[in-house]
Amino acid sequence: MATIFVSQVCFGYDGQPVLAGISLDIHAGERIAILGPNGVGKTTLLKLLSGTLSPSRGSIFLDGRELHTVPRQELARKIAVVPQDLTIPFAFTAREIIELGRTPYLGLLRGFRVDDRRAVEQAMQLTDTIDLGGRIINELSGGERQRVIIAMALAQEPEILLLDEPTHLLDITRQAEILDLVTELNRDGGLTVVAAIHDLNLAGRYFNRLIILHRGAVLAEGTPEAVLRADIVEEAYGGPVEIIQTGNGRVPIVLPVSRLRDRVKEQ
Amino acid sequence: MPVSTQKPVPTSGSMSKHTQTAAVSSTLRFRVGLGLLVVLVGVSVVLASGIGAVHVPSEEIVCMLLNRTGFVHLPQTWPHSDETIIFQIRLPRVLAAALVGAALSVAGVLFQGLFRNPLADPYVIGTSGGAAFGASLAAVLFSHFSILGFGAIPTLAFLGALGTMVLVFRISRVGGRTPVVTLLLVGFAVSIILGYSVSFLLIVNERFELNTRLIYAWLLGGIWIEHWSQLGLIALIVAVGTAGAFMLPRSLNGLALGEECAEYLGIAVERQKAAVIVVGSLLTAAAVSAGGLIGFVGLIVPHFLRLLFGPNHVRLLPLAALGGAAFLVITDLLARIVMPPNEVPVGILTALVGGPAFLLLLRRTKREYRF
Repeated sequence: MATIFVSQVCFGYDGQPVLAGISLDIHAGERIAILGPNGVGKTTLLKLLSGTLSPSRGSIFLDGRELHTVPRQELARKIAVVPQDLTIPFAFTAREIIELGRTPYLGLLRGFRVDDRRAVEQAMQLTDTIDLGGRIINELSGGERQRVIIAMALAQEPEILLLDEPTHLLDITRQAEILDLVTELNRDGGLTVVAAIHDLNLAGRYFNRLIILHRGAVLAEGTPEAVLRADIVEEAYGGPVEIIQTGNGRVPIVLPVSRLRDRVKEQ
Repeated sequence: MPVSTQKPVPTSGSMSKHTQTAAVSSTLRFRVGLGLLVVLVGVSVVLASGIGAVHVPSEEIVCMLLNRTGFVHLPQTWPHSDETIIFQIRLPRVLAAALVGAALSVAGVLFQGLFRNPLADPYVIGTSGGAAFGASLAAVLFSHFSILGFGAIPTLAFLGALGTMVLVFRISRVGGRTPVVTLLLVGFAVSIILGYSVSFLLIVNERFELNTRLIYAWLLGGIWIEHWSQLGLIALIVAVGTAGAFMLPRSLNGLALGEECAEYLGIAVERQKAAVIVVGSLLTAAAVSAGGLIGFVGLIVPHFLRLLFGPNHVRLLPLAALGGAAFLVITDLLARIVMPPNEVPVGILTALVGGPAFLLLLRRTKREYRF
């Protein structure tokens, strides 16, 4: 089972530093949410973990090997990514998109085989996209489309799944649907999951390890109960928040505090 | 409801079968389409070889061709002159049209896939400008030169197209990467520069009263192949280019999702992009050297086939090769026969025949065309 070890990684775009010395261990079977305000570098961190960006300093190891030494194709069989904005200019069917997940297993002399078909079929069953197979990807609803993209990633048969804002632009029920799916893939399928997410409450409810980034470094990490504290969240996001305890040992809810007086008086 | 523990997933029952049927029917559609296109190419080649100043019946042509295979010996019931006409005059020309059509249409698929843009065509990165410039230069400077059976115009057109590709590629490269938008813009700019250079050459040319008509005809497109030796060389380049293109469909499918996502799928993006550009330019250069600037084929044939068979490049590439071949053989035949004894530049016919046919199909699909 794959583990990722991030050691003192720095990265910046055009000289503007984004990540300044991040260290992390990602163990097999974990379900991790990466939190932090917009622009803090959540997506950048995911791109570093997926190997599309290389750290300007520090190293990332996948199972003890430096990530940039692992061939692209081999990497794609271990790590799959569900990107945030995927524009598809062609009228591919959902099934064709999911079949693209087999690309890292195909080659000039290695066509689509029975085991590829089986992997696609299984990915479609897990994501409940079998009914969508013949539909045009761009004609699906946001939630259906996201399930298809996750199915594509699963068809890669990865050990680690990286998701960038998987609930972006989805309604509340579809958010739960996608995160239920991700949770299940992790719990029952043993898939390691790392998601960048900006909804703290969804993160607290669905992930068992939260990592909050702040000023290019890890501000806090741990269980939802340990991380979703007013002082930590306020420092990370730079504004007042209210923590509502839900009791029974359940994860607290974080709400922003309005700065308008007439709103505050309701309490 | 994606959670299989809450709602039991249909155990490989009706639903799975349902989509499998859909997949099977689209595979069947592809195979039937491919078969029909093979037949269409064959029929159009035989028909186009038969029609002309001297009419040769199709069955005679088929018999001649069968005899040439060496496996059968059918009695010769036709005059010997017919055989000369078919093999020495018509067939090289018709087969050249097929090769040019296939090359342009495959190159169109490659560039549309690379740029993820429905308006891309084989000339998008300036190869047409380079070819036109080379051809005009040839007409102005060395009209009596020839190499490997090719005159100066096709030779310099070929070199101009490839040279432009190298130039555009080099200018667009930033730190080991070739951003496609930069490539598109550089191609456009270089194309404009070369296009106006051609106009300038034509003005200069007019003053000396040289080959303006020749150049004009070349710019409108027309199949210029007359000998088997020329055809052989073009066939070799097109075969190599097409074989190269047939190694790229999975990369093109991955690139359709964007370069980043293609990387996530394990594709060596920069290398595959370079391969697409080289193969596409080689095919385009071969096509322009044999056929001048035939417009529209590389744009319309791929779109036509995408409407009928979907955007999957694994299927689209072979379909495009056959579809482009058939389309250009037919339009080249029309170019020869609509205004006898004069030939109409085939580029005019590809636009006038292909355009309305495409619009008709676009209307008939009755929904928004999603590339």
